[in-house]
Amino acid sequence: MSIIDNSVSRRQFLKTSSGVALFIGVSGILPQLISCKNVNKVQEQLEKHRLTAWVQLSEDGQIIIYSPAAEMGQGSMTALPLIFAEEMDADWNKVSVKFSPQESAIYGSNAWGPSGKVMLTAGSRSTIGYYPVMRKAGAQARYVLMYSAAKKWEVPITELSTKPGIVVHSKSNREMGYGDVVPFLEMPEMIPDFTNEQLKRPSEYRLIGKVKERREIPDKVTGSAQFAIDIRLPNMVYGVLERGRVHGAKPNLINEDHIMGLEGVLKIVRLDYAIGIIAATLEQALIAKKQLDIDWSDAEATGFNSQEIYSEYEKIAASNQKGKVITDLGNVKQALRTASKTYTIDFKNDYVYHAQMEPLNSVIQVASDGQSAEVWVGSQQGFDPKLSLPKTLGIAPENVVIHLQYLGGGFGRRSMDDFVIECGLLAKEMLGRPVKLIWTREDDVTYGAYRPLTLQRVTAGTDIHGNITAFSHCVIGDGGNLVAGGIKNKFYDIPNQFAEWKETTHGIRLKHWRAVGHGPNKFAIECMLDEIATEQNLDPVDLRRKLMAKSPNALATLEKVAKMSDWDSPTKQGRAKGVAFLEHSGALSSGVCEISVDRNTGKIKVHHFWSAIHAGVIIQPNNVEAQLEGGIIMGMSSVLKEQITIKDGEIQQSNFHNYQLLRMEDIPDSIETAMLESTESPKGIGESGTPMVACAIANAFLSLTGKRLRHLPFTPDRVLEVLNS
Amino acid sequence: MATYTLDINNKKYNVEVTKGTSLLWVLREHLGLTGTKYGCGIAQCGSCTIHIDGSPTKACTFQVDSLVDGQKITTIEGLSIDGSHPLQRAWIETQAPQCGYCQSGQIMQAVSLFDENSNPSREEIKAHMNGNLCRCGTYMRVVKAIELASEIKRANT
Repeated sequence: MSIIDNSVSRRQFLKTSSGVALFIGVSGILPQLISCKNVNKVQEQLEKHRLTAWVQLSEDGQIIIYSPAAEMGQGSMTALPLIFAEEMDADWNKVSVKFSPQESAIYGSNAWGPSGKVMLTAGSRSTIGYYPVMRKAGAQARYVLMYSAAKKWEVPITELSTKPGIVVHSKSNREMGYGDVVPFLEMPEMIPDFTNEQLKRPSEYRLIGKVKERREIPDKVTGSAQFAIDIRLPNMVYGVLERGRVHGAKPNLINEDHIMGLEGVLKIVRLDYAIGIIAATLEQALIAKKQLDIDWSDAEATGFNSQEIYSEYEKIAASNQKGKVITDLGNVKQALRTASKTYTIDFKNDYVYHAQMEPLNSVIQVASDGQSAEVWVGSQQGFDPKLSLPKTLGIAPENVVIHLQYLGGGFGRRSMDDFVIECGLLAKEMLGRPVKLIWTREDDVTYGAYRPLTLQRVTAGTDIHGNITAFSHCVIGDGGNLVAGGIKNKFYDIPNQFAEWKETTHGIRLKHWRAVGHGPNKFAIECMLDEIATEQNLDPVDLRRKLMAKSPNALATLEKVAKMSDWDSPTKQGRAKGVAFLEHSGALSSGVCEISVDRNTGKIKVHHFWSAIHAGVIIQPNNVEAQLEGGIIMGMSSVLKEQITIKDGEIQQSNFHNYQLLRMEDIPDSIETAMLESTESPKGIGESGTPMVACAIANAFLSLTGKRLRHLPFTPDRVLEVLNS
Repeated sequence: MATYTLDINNKKYNVEVTKGTSLLWVLREHLGLTGTKYGCGIAQCGSCTIHIDGSPTKACTFQVDSLVDGQKITTIEGLSIDGSHPLQRAWIETQAPQCGYCQSGQIMQAVSLFDENSNPSREEIKAHMNGNLCRCGTYMRVVKAIELASEIKRANT
């Protein structure tokens, strides 16, 4: 058995590396050059300072750049090193990429607040957070190379320049490859701090915006890319858990003796909410799991019926119950009182499930003495870089080594540590032996952590000229910020705005789900705009043009997508277009879709999707396109198909036969993306596609049929009901 | 427990497992051929697609006992030595994978279409690939990759 280790612990990295590691210090500490052959020296330096090792050079010119973000298909492990290589002026063909150690004090970014130093791949923030870090560190690496070459040649550093992978002294017509500098590498006493003005201008970029290929793709077409679920270790055993169908119910195991007598079963582990089985092989663990006889207690969720809750939510919307205020601009109440016309619409959305293709899993080996642990996991990381394990295992954080693997999808689900903690609890029972915990797909669906169900009551008012003067948005649901995201309208010039969240609670597990709140909230906002446009006999794009007059970047995306989609020309017979706009993680995007509907079956067909995005400097255009394509497909899937329903607290879906995802037969003929030129720092793009789909489809449907889709998902039966209403 | 002899990627493997074990667990957990993925266990997602005597098969619902002597199994590891199968090259050219987890299955499913039909229509591709789910939403590029590989194949014949 062998495993390919994609990640390295810091110590391992230093022990096994040859050549020179260039440690670019965090603020205030000078960069250090450390020969990787001299392990003691390295350790000594590490004790003294917190240093950041972003790059390692070898004499043959090969360069390793360390990437601090998890890779779940979004492309960060290429984009982030590419930014570094750009400023270092590295030869990209000589660069290889490795995951950095999971040490947030060293490799964290400030994307999660000024206190900084967090490694968390979520919220479309990796490129936002690491762009300044990687540029500066790359520029410092280049400076050290030039400084050393200047010393060697005995010329002023100001006479030197670089071209990819080479230091150049044009006066004397001399060149030195980066690898050739290694034997003479010398640390300057002072190193520029490199302000933005001292770094390359975007117009000078030769890698950023140019490189198409993602680094890990070749391994993903041969099956050799390693996910945590692929880990096999000597002496490894398997763990599975039965968590029931009601979140939070407590188990009482009836047939322990029978289970313990089954072939291969090694141990039963009791958790508050689950019964765990550890067995010699996976199939033995699964056979035992099926035979568990468990009495489940009631839980908070008992008695909860998801599809009946909306009537209660309507009452909450109408009640005086105070919500948490998210936006309060101008005076909405007064503006609504004096409005010439008011509109009130309720929007609803059912729960949806992540459905990342790799079910949750991890492998953990706690040492025989219980004092250290190694962890193989596909995680989006987190505020705790050791993924809650030090507390779970009672082991000091420095003795928990995380080997981050590729993630078979994240979408927010892998930013939870629940599955890692579970594996830790099992591994603790098997000291010295690695335990591989696998969630079956049924486990993954039933014990999911869903995007919350909500009801949104939106009220808008217009003046006698038809201008929207008031916009009030109340979202009712469970999950705090999960339901509030995307509710603000920063780019629409509406003088009086109010948004609030009224809390409910049902004991159902909830979590971020690609853009979370943006999906339902933008659905409500954008559909309200089209409602008003329709009522006033205005073109929906014209209406938004007016609202975006003071937001030129937002407006530019709208104009672009209108042009791409040929908005002003008549649409094919039997089809219609719908438009939507959203902002997410700083990126602004407008989308247009073209749909038709089968009036016999209620099935909506999306024929085309166009989107235009303003996202600052684009690191990898091809990858941005991929993210928007994928995000739009995921959006279509959730909008047209996906639904978790709950009866008496029991999750009704269990696998892909009754939790349907969009399949190949339902893809559009085309998805086209335009990226607007910008020299602003990069924005996050991973969640810009998904939330535009619901509103664009509903708006197209309104235009096509004059009927209103107000409840997600738009399953054929719901569509038929609306058509026949 | 029972012992089985399997012919996988033109190599013979002996394995001792519980009767009724799915071929997927045999491949992945007993033999270390982890390119074939577990996604659903009920033949709904196609992540575990392999070939048995050239036919795309979902390994998750195929019990190891059901193998008939002499049947040849091909997994993604056996598709090419170095990732040079025309479909794999097209997959790279179109930068099709995102998380990559479903892609072994997508490619293995595409191979049989590619072998039989050098000029598949968009509709034929969609119908052939409909059993393979991708949550990242790479469908557009999977189609593009199959079209590209087919186009290159036609140009070379």
